[in-house]
Amino acid sequence: MAKVKLSEKKLDELKEVCKSFNNDKGELINVLHKAQSIFGYLPAELQEIIAKELHTSAAHVYGVVTFYSFFTMTPNGQHPISICLGTACYVRGAEKVLEEFKRTLNIQVGETTPDGKFSLSCLRCVGACGLAPVVLVGEKVYGRVSPDGVKDIVAEYNN
Amino acid sequence: MNKVKLIIDGKTAEVPENTTLLKAAKTIGIDIPTLCFFELKDMNIENRPGGCRICVVEVKGRRNLAPACNTLVAEGMEVYTHNIRVLNARRTVLELILSDHPAECLTCAKSGSCELQSMAQQLGVRELPYQGEQSKYRKDTSPAIIRDIDKCIMCRRCEMMCNDVQTVGALSAVNRGFMAVVAPAFEMNLEKSPCTYCGQCVSVCPTGALTEVDHSGNVINSLAEPAKTVVVQTAPAVRAALGEEFGLAPGTLVTGKMVAALRRLGFDYVFDTDFAADLTIMEEGAELLDRLTRYLKGDKDVKLPILTSCCPSWVNFFEHYFPEMRDIPSTAKSPQQMFGPIAKEYFGKKLGIDRRNMIVVSIMPCLAKKYECQRDEFKVDGDPDVNYSLSTRELAQLIKQANIDFNSLPEENFDNPLGESTGAAVLFGNTGGVIEAACRTAYELYTGKKLENVVFEELRGMEKIRHATIDFNGIPINIGIAHGLGNARKLLEDIQEGKSQFHAIEIMACPGGCIGGGGQPYHHGRSEILKQRAAAIYREDAAKSIRKSHENPFIIELYNEFLDKPLGKKSHHFLHTHYFDKSAGAFIDE
Amino acid sequence: MTSQIRIALRNCGIIDPEQIEDYIARDGYIALAKVLTELSPETTIDIIKKSGLRGRGGGGFSTGLKWEITRKVQAAQKYVVCNADEGDPGAFMDRSILEGDPHSVLEAMAINGYCTGGSKGLVYIRAEYPLAVERLKIAIKQAKEYGFLGENILGAGFNFDIEIRFGAGAFVCGEETALIHSMEGLRGEPTVKPPFPSEEGYLRKPTNVNNVETYANIPVILNKGWEWFSSIGTEKSKGTKVFALAGKINKVGLIEIPMGTTLREVIYEIGGGIQNGKEFKAAQTGGPSGGCLTKRHLDIPIDYDNLIAAGSMMGSGGLIVMDEDDCMVSIAKFYLKFTVEESCGKCSPCRIGNKRLLELLEKIVQGNGTMEDLDKLRNLSTVIKDTSLCGLGQSSPNPVLSTIENFYDEYSEHINKKKCRSGVCKALMQYLIIPDNCIGCTLCARNCPVNAITGERKQAHLIDQEKCIKCGACMEKCKFNAIIIN
Repeated sequence: MAKVKLSEKKLDELKEVCKSFNNDKGELINVLHKAQSIFGYLPAELQEIIAKELHTSAAHVYGVVTFYSFFTMTPNGQHPISICLGTACYVRGAEKVLEEFKRTLNIQVGETTPDGKFSLSCLRCVGACGLAPVVLVGEKVYGRVSPDGVKDIVAEYNN
Repeated sequence: MNKVKLIIDGKTAEVPENTTLLKAAKTIGIDIPTLCFFELKDMNIENRPGGCRICVVEVKGRRNLAPACNTLVAEGMEVYTHNIRVLNARRTVLELILSDHPAECLTCAKSGSCELQSMAQQLGVRELPYQGEQSKYRKDTSPAIIRDIDKCIMCRRCEMMCNDVQTVGALSAVNRGFMAVVAPAFEMNLEKSPCTYCGQCVSVCPTGALTEVDHSGNVINSLAEPAKTVVVQTAPAVRAALGEEFGLAPGTLVTGKMVAALRRLGFDYVFDTDFAADLTIMEEGAELLDRLTRYLKGDKDVKLPILTSCCPSWVNFFEHYFPEMRDIPSTAKSPQQMFGPIAKEYFGKKLGIDRRNMIVVSIMPCLAKKYECQRDEFKVDGDPDVNYSLSTRELAQLIKQANIDFNSLPEENFDNPLGESTGAAVLFGNTGGVIEAACRTAYELYTGKKLENVVFEELRGMEKIRHATIDFNGIPINIGIAHGLGNARKLLEDIQEGKSQFHAIEIMACPGGCIGGGGQPYHHGRSEILKQRAAAIYREDAAKSIRKSHENPFIIELYNEFLDKPLGKKSHHFLHTHYFDKSAGAFIDE
Repeated sequence: MTSQIRIALRNCGIIDPEQIEDYIARDGYIALAKVLTELSPETTIDIIKKSGLRGRGGGGFSTGLKWEITRKVQAAQKYVVCNADEGDPGAFMDRSILEGDPHSVLEAMAINGYCTGGSKGLVYIRAEYPLAVERLKIAIKQAKEYGFLGENILGAGFNFDIEIRFGAGAFVCGEETALIHSMEGLRGEPTVKPPFPSEEGYLRKPTNVNNVETYANIPVILNKGWEWFSSIGTEKSKGTKVFALAGKINKVGLIEIPMGTTLREVIYEIGGGIQNGKEFKAAQTGGPSGGCLTKRHLDIPIDYDNLIAAGSMMGSGGLIVMDEDDCMVSIAKFYLKFTVEESCGKCSPCRIGNKRLLELLEKIVQGNGTMEDLDKLRNLSTVIKDTSLCGLGQSSPNPVLSTIENFYDEYSEHINKKKCRSGVCKALMQYLIIPDNCIGCTLCARNCPVNAITGERKQAHLIDQEKCIKCGACMEKCKFNAIIIN
């Protein structure tokens, strides 16, 4: 695994976070949430540091990280694209939209484009079933997306 | 305790409350099959995640089937363990497990001792109706342990051993759903993890997902090379367990037959690690006396308690987790590693054999010994002092392969000079044994008096952590003993916090000591086997004419001819070592 | 809409959720005050029991009884947990309540603490709900300022505090033991019950877990009385249920209906009927744990027991309407895919069995299924339900069983006729050119990405079925309606 240089400043921030949770391993999930919001993702090195800070094993941290789909070990793209695959979106054709995104960006779910611009993920119901199928780019919600509309969405961020 | 009456398969059982259905059924002769369930009774080791669902039974009034291992009895309960609903469910669940398991039984290292294989046989599975994708993972070979986790059935026994019992934390369940498996952090190689190679994961794995690295092929090749003189040493715990592989009752001592078998396998010299154990006592005992004397004279710099260092897994453990305490353990090498240089540099030189033409093989109850003999500090210009370390199981395999009818072998004696040993040495196989052996010698050397009763009952037993005070002629010597690394951790933390006042501590990584080592015949959770092996070790000691290490005539000769004196210059060179800080993670550079 | 009654949603969209005064103005915290000053814990629990309120998270266990069990366990510390890890795809009731009326949940949790002896509340909420988290935080802060949370609440000598814990995207954490492990910083794997959380839960202490909607009902029951509450609903299911109505229906969104409302009323009166005038085919309730209701269930009063009898379940309240364009085998596959991804992997039947179910369904939609596979689906489903460790596995085969039961014909068509009547299963589709309509313009052939279409200019063209990847490009381009799906 390639080593990633983690910013010292961010690491200090993380250690403060751990301290604020009393370096208690029972708070691991809270710490991981904070760590992911500081670093954007949870590389192996970071998990090892968290394990040390919380007096637990790296294996345990990794076991938890890989259990929850919210945690990621790969950095997101500049514009993370999420497609809702909740039932309402599914019955209204979300899968076709997903296929179109995969084709247009030439990446699979969980991957980031080589230029780091886009990443693709799936969501479970964002609670906007009225707008199904729903796509999120960053925080922005696109409703009633059709496969034809995918090109336009991507183009919006490509300039 | 209150008794509870219930009906299982139409028979009445009366058991104390808080008994599981599994155990209640056993009391009336009903043996419900289990797979993930595992226990070592009296050692507080238990694994019952309720995950495999093989032990499901029908409890009248409940909507779903209940896992017998995890369901407590209740008054008036009606339980069915083999009606059609249960049988169909149990078989289907097993078929599912098998559908995600490679059908490699013919070539699997675990074939014949595999609990999944026996289960398929017991339930008479003849075909797999549910077939589909099988989970695939990378095979990982470390210096001691092979992880072939395509064969993992998620029983979680290894995870429990590694975390709850040993507190090593090298393994955890990772991923989820179909891809869930037990692995080190980041699914990296075990070698990069804090694994100590205690091998307890291997000893409890029901399938071939975790096995030892097999060096028997290298040994066969060495034996076939005319230019090589092949020397073998056998650890004390091996003789108390090897017989089990040949159908003998647990606890049968097979020392003589083992020697005969090794000779028939073609080893040029059949020696005993026990000899080196006596040597260890000379060095470690001298170290203890030295530190003790200085301490009693008021030397504030002296490090006490002294910790034993014979157990390679324990050494790995403190190098990973307590590196700041690495000047506390004795610097004496383990018996295996003392034997190496003595064989190559003393015995070999005497015979005019170059060390590169001598192959030293050790037979060990242990998997960490495989790693230990590969450590760089135990090599001279790349030539290891001990070339190969085989487990008890591998030796049994070698014997079977060589067409030797083990049970009809005559009893033979070890070769001399490195085959002579005392009762003290054989004690190394049991928890508390090293420290008992050390006490026998240290007492006489310290007090100058003859020790009349050589048996220290207070140091024996299976309690996880034991304390005893030995009277050294008016001076009370406080002894601590721990077996199992989790218990060792507790003792160490006590020392760090200044809570304990020990002079000497013995630590063994495996439950029961070496007799319960990761390389021993599989005990499948039957703790009585461990007790029988321990009893055999004590019988071997009792039967010896010499029972104190410093009285071993060949040890005396070794010092006279070669080493000069314990802790002397030569001893230091050949018999002592140093330890490393291995606490940095795989990714953190510190 | 006249047939709706708003209890759990009483304040949603009406009050400003960030203003505690708004909540108080609508009888907020009156129930807490009444309980603390006038009622004993036993009396309060008795009222909840008599109201007939059942857990709205899916299982439908009596809420009052659960409180009573927790109360009876002796322990120095007990916990009150709110399960807001809403994970059903297609359900967002809890989110709406937390975003629209967070105080109703806080008030109920405090009441629960008073009744069960818990002094610490924890809300376990999906991290994917940032707005709900924000509003919850504001609400907790305000409630403390007003003295509804904290030390010596309302001078009654009762202490109760609430903290937020985050889920991290694991559906199984809706199961209470898994949720508790997750709050402890562990993998969200369930453990065998008993012991129930009421006896041994968070940090091994007695823990009462209820879901958001259940809590939202509590203050109203105490304010209006159990008699009032139990007058709504059916014999064994009292009060209302919030559903997230979605799918092929004209009016989607949250609805709150009295128990006992029929599916017909929901779809045709509240939901305004099926989109585009198509025909109703099925309604899925209970998400991945539930099943499909069909035309013959349209007039069954919706309640816990009727839904179970119909092979589905209440679940947390997703209600997805499907029309003739939905393939029921594919729907079953959709849910199984979800379950396979969300299974924790701890027990073998769920870990491996659901995967095998999915593979069998995949085989069928690919046109390779046999009738024997249908038997396998049935037996496997039964065993998975019967042997799985937790509620996830015990209910995950429901979508399969209920679609086989209600739409057997569709399965048998996929298997025997290699036909998907809804035209969803690509592998079973055939794009055909009607020679009579084709004028040989070659537009389709030029647009086919795999060159599967051949034909001379001005001659009828032909699609090579071996090459065709069923992308539909030809049909889209054809101006003469000469291409059809078989």
